[in-house]
Amino acid sequence: MSGHLKSLLGWVDERFPLTANWKAHLSEYYAPKNFNFWYFFGSLALLVLVLQIVTGIFLVMHFKPDASLNAAGVPVAFASVEYIMRDVPWGWLIRYMHSTGASAFFIVVYMHMFRGMLYGSYRKPRELVWIFGMLIFLCLMAEAFFGYLLPWGQMSYWGAQVIVNLFSAIPFVGPDLSLWIRGDYVVGDATLNRFFAFHVIAVPLVLLGLVAAHILALHEVGSNNPDGIEIKKKKNAQGIPLDGIPFHPYYTVKDIVGVVVFLMVFTVIVFFTPEVGGYFLEYNNFFPANPLQTPPHIAPVWYFTPFYSILRAVTYPLFGIDAKFWGVVAMGASTLIFAFLPWLDRSPVKSIRYRGPIYKTFLAAFVICFFILGYLGVLPPTPARTLVSQICSVIYFAFFLLMPVYSRIDKCKPEPDRVTSSSHGVHK
Amino acid sequence: MKKFLIAILLAPVLAFASGVELHLDHAPDRSGDKAALQNGAKIFVNYCLNCHSASYMRYSRLKDIGLTEQQIKDNLLFTADKVGEPMSVAMRRAEAKQWFGVAPPDLTIIARARSSEFGSGADWLYTYLRTFYRDESRPTGWNNKVFANVGMPHVLWELQGEQIMGEDHELTLAKPGKLKPEAYDDTVADLVGFLQYMGEPVAETRKSLGWIVLLFLGVLLVLTYALKREYWKDVH
Amino acid sequence: MSSDEKVDCGRRRLLVATAAMGGLGGVAAAVPFVASMLPSERAKSAGAPVEVDISKLASGQMMTVEWRGKPVWIINRTKEQLASLQTTDSKVSDPHSEKKMQPDYCKNETRSLKPEILVAVGICTHLGCSPSEKFKTGAESGVAPDWAGGFVCPCHGSTFDMAGRVYKSKPAPDNLEIPPHMYLGDTRIVIGEDKNGGTA
Repeated sequence: MSGHLKSLLGWVDERFPLTANWKAHLSEYYAPKNFNFWYFFGSLALLVLVLQIVTGIFLVMHFKPDASLNAAGVPVAFASVEYIMRDVPWGWLIRYMHSTGASAFFIVVYMHMFRGMLYGSYRKPRELVWIFGMLIFLCLMAEAFFGYLLPWGQMSYWGAQVIVNLFSAIPFVGPDLSLWIRGDYVVGDATLNRFFAFHVIAVPLVLLGLVAAHILALHEVGSNNPDGIEIKKKKNAQGIPLDGIPFHPYYTVKDIVGVVVFLMVFTVIVFFTPEVGGYFLEYNNFFPANPLQTPPHIAPVWYFTPFYSILRAVTYPLFGIDAKFWGVVAMGASTLIFAFLPWLDRSPVKSIRYRGPIYKTFLAAFVICFFILGYLGVLPPTPARTLVSQICSVIYFAFFLLMPVYSRIDKCKPEPDRVTSSSHGVHK
Repeated sequence: MKKFLIAILLAPVLAFASGVELHLDHAPDRSGDKAALQNGAKIFVNYCLNCHSASYMRYSRLKDIGLTEQQIKDNLLFTADKVGEPMSVAMRRAEAKQWFGVAPPDLTIIARARSSEFGSGADWLYTYLRTFYRDESRPTGWNNKVFANVGMPHVLWELQGEQIMGEDHELTLAKPGKLKPEAYDDTVADLVGFLQYMGEPVAETRKSLGWIVLLFLGVLLVLTYALKREYWKDVH
Repeated sequence: MSSDEKVDCGRRRLLVATAAMGGLGGVAAAVPFVASMLPSERAKSAGAPVEVDISKLASGQMMTVEWRGKPVWIINRTKEQLASLQTTDSKVSDPHSEKKMQPDYCKNETRSLKPEILVAVGICTHLGCSPSEKFKTGAESGVAPDWAGGFVCPCHGSTFDMAGRVYKSKPAPDNLEIPPHMYLGDTRIVIGEDKNGGTA
């Protein structure tokens, strides 16, 4: 580094922990050297967050959160989206990046969470990393829900109407709560404007704070790895873990490759098939919101469908409160239950590589059920489909609720002392 | 365990929708054909713009399909003064609601909105515009196979003629129109091609750009991967 | 890390090449975002040229039309008003329109295409107020005994003559802007576009 740059850096370092943080979190943060495919998704999640914020800022320059009708009889908010698509130079690209980014965010985050389940990344001492992550997941769902109302299409409107009405199922406070959330008797302009405030300002700020907390909590204890062993247990004379490598330059350079691959997939979607068969941009949402005409089939966007299926699977009333309420409870439970994993998992080993057959079967069943529930969630309900969702919901909850038992009795393999380079590596 | 696996494997069977099934004809692809799209624009302005608006589409955008500003001004500019203005409707909304019961919807993005699991929006529109039939029980005297009890009359009846619905739920041409069936289908295909184009005028540009971006990223992938391998040589 | 000179050179080259390519990609990615802030089709359409019919504009009369959100004055000047321009030559700060406040075809004594018809943007070049017309001359005008007719801006007192030229020692620095314009026949003016294909 040139002399001038060095002295400038020195000046800053005397007043701000720049180099100290660079070292602590990048050049001297020792991460396990055996990170695999599943470890790309954390940095990708950060990338997508930045992408959504940047595209979001430029969309807000032209979007108008106004549900009233313009001279052509079209809601202003809806028309402003088409304005972006046609009249704003490159507006179409920014819009498609934002809509694709929303779905991409969930794909990346689900993969990221699944990594945690594969390798026991939520286990002690990383429980707080996992809890911050769960809070991020909840905020992400809220962010997507608020954002989806903004284009003010048929699906936007009716999806919001249905979900807000779910709150009215809560005993005693329900209807008032729904009225308070909506700001009106039905979803309307008041709702649109406040959801805009939440989506653009409130939730992104909270998300940024939570992401910072998530990374700080991780760096405090150090990263897990595919073998689930603690690399800090074996250090060299300098106090550096034997199986650790500095995050920068090794994982910065590796994550960049991950970013480029992600961008290639992202490009294919944005430029060739932004609608993705109606899953990323729902067809019915190209009709402006019409409070007087309910669409024949209201479904949430694909990333909510597994949880929505669980909600619909509850068809029996309990304790004098109707099924609608218990469905909401079940749906809430199905999201929140992930947070309890650090305490439900009693296995002596962390990583699936050393677990026994019971856990592997349950995890496989869980994943299959997650996909089936997701798929059923986009379809209209029938008695047969409801039965299948009920079976899958039971398996879904069983994965978690029975874990304290089966994780303890499962026959595990001995963990290695040093990390191995792949799942086909030598396990001694 | 076995029962569970069987149930899981049979789950895809549940995929078949229990809702109304639509059989849609496949709309011919007019996307590269500028002459067809121009013909479609002409039909749209002459037959549709009387009742429907296309309020997100500016007349000047029609330069995309090979028309000059002068051609647009001379032949198509009916509902606006300047070529930069949007294709608003001739009829006033309130009157439209009175006469038809529901205001005719804006058609700018109808080709995107009518997509479904049964076919593309273009397929829907192509089938819709060819399956009107006489129905005295309806206020307009017309009904439609794809959109039951639609409020729209068969605007193109002079071109197609009059179809009637038989006992077997099939349509037959009772009175021929100005165009033979193949010519009518061709005309409708042009119109639908235009509606598809109007739904997303930037579609062709979008795809060409996609190839360029993909190519760039491909090269970048080679470089970044080489860089990764270079650095990771040191890790054992 | 590695002290091997050969590897280091190769690594550096690769790093530079990748960084350069990545930087290029970054700039290319920034273009759509920056461009999206340019005037949209809607803004350009609203800012499109305006056609005005001046067949009913009698001598001595002024009409105002809107172009790009600004008032544009069209004045059919009388012979006396045109003659007054010679008397104001010495009183205005830029009598020969040296500063580029008008298209080249209006860089003349009357600052217009046709001598009688003045087309000028009715916005004071000081801070943007719209001046008021004061065509009455002399003591009657209430401006000054030797007032030759023109415009007075109510905000800070800048004055302009019948060709929109700004008087000396006034807050406004420049003559009134003459927009690009052209005639379609004798009685129709298009404001915002001219025969050279130029637009503002």
